[in-house]
Amino acid sequence: MTVRVQREDFDIGAEIAAFRRADPGIGAIASFIGLVRDMNEGEAVAGMTLEHYPGMTEKALAGIVAEAKGRWDIIDALVVHRVGELKPLDQIVLVVVTGAHRGAAFAACEFIMDYLKTQAPFWKKERTAQGARWVEARATDDQAAERWSEPQPK
Amino acid sequence: MNIRILYFARLREDMGTAGEMFELPAEVSDVKSLRAQLAARGGASAHAFAPGKAVRVSVNQDLARDNTPVKSGDEVAFFPPVTGG
Repeated sequence: MTVRVQREDFDIGAEIAAFRRADPGIGAIASFIGLVRDMNEGEAVAGMTLEHYPGMTEKALAGIVAEAKGRWDIIDALVVHRVGELKPLDQIVLVVVTGAHRGAAFAACEFIMDYLKTQAPFWKKERTAQGARWVEARATDDQAAERWSEPQPK
Repeated sequence: MNIRILYFARLREDMGTAGEMFELPAEVSDVKSLRAQLAARGGASAHAFAPGKAVRVSVNQDLARDNTPVKSGDEVAFFPPVTGG
C-alpha cells in the first residue's frame, strides 16, 4: 500500500509502472485521475489552494486503502493526492488499484475515491473573479459514499 | 489538563488562528461538551461553533462524533466537511 500527499505533480505512466513492479500476478489495473476544472457552480475558476491536515490525512487515506483491501480481492492500491496551489488542467489526485481481474479493481478504485471525497481531510479554496471561496461539500458525494455501506460481495 | 486544538480551512479563518492549547474544564468529557464550552467563550468562537454550523471533528487524528471521549493530552481538530479529490 502506498499513500502520498505532495505538492509536486505526478506522472501517471511512471506511477503505474513503478506500482506494478513487473508483478505477473496482476491481470488488471484500474485508475482514476481527478483534475482541476475551470468552472464550478457557474463561475470561472482561476485556480485553487488545497489544504490538508498533515498526519491525519495520510492516516485517513491509509485506512481507506486498508478497508478496500479488506472488502475486495485486489493486490494493492496507490493513492497520490496533491496539496498547495493548483490551476485548471492540473492533476489533483491519482488512484491506482491492481488485481488479478478487473471487477474488483474497478470497484475498489471507485470505493477509494468515494471515501476519499467524504472522509479524508482535504479542503479546496477556489479563486474566482468575485474573490476566493471555500468549496462546499456536496450531498451527492455523501450519497456516493453511502452506497458502499451495504456489505459488498468479495 | 490541557488539550491541543487545531483549526483547518474556514474554521481556521473564523477563529483567526491555526490552533491553541486549551485547559480542559472538569465538565468537558467528550466532543459535545467541548464544543459547547468553545461556543460559550463568545466572539469568534461563538460564531465558529454556533449551533447548526457544519463542523467536523477529529480526536487524535481519527474522525470523531459527539460522544467521542476527550481527555488531557488529546489532539482535537475542528474543520468544515471535507472537499478533496
